[in-house]
Amino acid sequence: MSTKPGKGPGNPEKEPASDGVLSGSRRDFLKQSSLLSAIALTPGTIVRAAENQWDEKFADVAEKVPLTLEVNGVPYSVKVEPRVTLLDLLREQLNLTGSKKGCDRGQCGACTVHVNGVRINSCLSLAVTNEGKKITTIEGLAKGDQLHPMQEAFIKHDGFQCGYCTSGQIMSAVALVKEGRTRSREQISEFMSGNICRCGAYSNIVKAIQEVKNSQI
Amino acid sequence: MNPFQYTRSSAAAGAIQSLVKEPQAHLLAGGTNLIDLMKMGVVVPERLVDINPLPLKGVEKTAAGLRIGALATNSEVADHPQVLQDYPLLSLAINAGASPQLRNMATVGGNMMQRTRCNYFFDTTMPCNKRNPGSGCGALEGYNRMHALFGASDHCIAVNPSDMNVAMVALGAVVHVKGPKGERMIPFEEFHRLPGDHPEKDNTLERTELITAVQLPASAVAFRKHVHYLKVRDRTSYAFALVSVAAALDMDGSTIRECRLAMGGVAHKPWRLHGAEAFLKGKPASEDTFRQAAAIAMQGAKAYQYNKFKLTLAPNAILQALQTASA
Repeated sequence: MSTKPGKGPGNPEKEPASDGVLSGSRRDFLKQSSLLSAIALTPGTIVRAAENQWDEKFADVAEKVPLTLEVNGVPYSVKVEPRVTLLDLLREQLNLTGSKKGCDRGQCGACTVHVNGVRINSCLSLAVTNEGKKITTIEGLAKGDQLHPMQEAFIKHDGFQCGYCTSGQIMSAVALVKEGRTRSREQISEFMSGNICRCGAYSNIVKAIQEVKNSQI
Repeated sequence: MNPFQYTRSSAAAGAIQSLVKEPQAHLLAGGTNLIDLMKMGVVVPERLVDINPLPLKGVEKTAAGLRIGALATNSEVADHPQVLQDYPLLSLAINAGASPQLRNMATVGGNMMQRTRCNYFFDTTMPCNKRNPGSGCGALEGYNRMHALFGASDHCIAVNPSDMNVAMVALGAVVHVKGPKGERMIPFEEFHRLPGDHPEKDNTLERTELITAVQLPASAVAFRKHVHYLKVRDRTSYAFALVSVAAALDMDGSTIRECRLAMGGVAHKPWRLHGAEAFLKGKPASEDTFRQAAAIAMQGAKAYQYNKFKLTLAPNAILQALQTASA
């Protein structure tokens, strides 16, 4: 979402060689008419940007903002465009790809990380709003080769199938235990509801969380 | 997401000045709604003014009640000992909304400013008078299962999606705002508005004003012992309300001394049930009186093609919320 490759004049879409004159002009007509209807429905800024092909040019000159933050105990000083999310910063610039992009809209929880010890959806947090903060991602849980107890418990109880939601589930689960929201199966389910698992590993995820909680008492 | 300029603001006056100078500037707090809307192209700001550094986070007891800073997160408010003790209805309502991660990010002011979840508002290929005034309402003749029963207009039948707002309006909160002309207070019930001819306006906040705090009145502490927030939705958790009911009762034995009632998911604003409240005053807490109160609350309800079920669901939800609160 944040760094789409440009389709400006320097990177024209190639027409297939077999396209005849007729289909070519039909395509042009469709392009023009869809652009016009798009303009009719879009707010001022986009319309002006489309008219002047500003979008990518604007992005080129848009000021990158210097940002200092700590990720898994390592200090970073980077420059980011304001529209880059914390998730994209982690994955694309810091090469920490453990946090996953699922829905990218705060609905699935695959991007869950801790900011100053609190679990959040990194896909809805602009990187620039995390100045001076301490981020923990799934890569920061293990101590060397020694996995975090929650990671061990997820493996033991088979708390996943495809694994795509797992890093978010584990980050949420670690926070959940710290929050003390593990009184009952129902409370665990309610306070894990921000993490969706389409393989349906929920019952084993709850078992893993209960084991970690019980081992701490 | 569209490119935009970014300003970090550490003083309310500076943030307000940015809004005055730039008509396309938006304030950024928790971002859980705004960043989503920007990704969908529904909102396209030229500048974001990040107000997170402003000193508006505190929750403090005052002579007038409890003052909650606009930047306190939903989690901080829901888990606050003073809120749990004196205004448990607010805690129940907040925890019924969104997910733990989102509640850790979302702020009180941002929750009040969140836009409708009407699908026609989110889909930029569809007409929507709220997103694009004059383009029409896709929901009116469309798939309007989530939509309003009360106070809608021919231009918009969307509902306010917040759970927190329903408790705030029931408790009679007051909104503190600051603008270029100074500070003012808005009763919570007058903060959000009905769509009328201008569904693009969700509330009565001026574009250059900033919410600084929400004040819960000391008088509402009287309702702390008998509260319930009932949220009916498509799944057990993490979904927007089809209908929700906030009920708070001040009981004298089995008699209702006074009561507060509000509904969510049924109007363009959190919907306070004044008629039902007045009816219940001094009445015994019984199924019969609760049913009569629910019937009063439903007067004037108007359903559309796909939300007719709400005409049955809503009074039943009021009954159940009152029964649970009074038990």
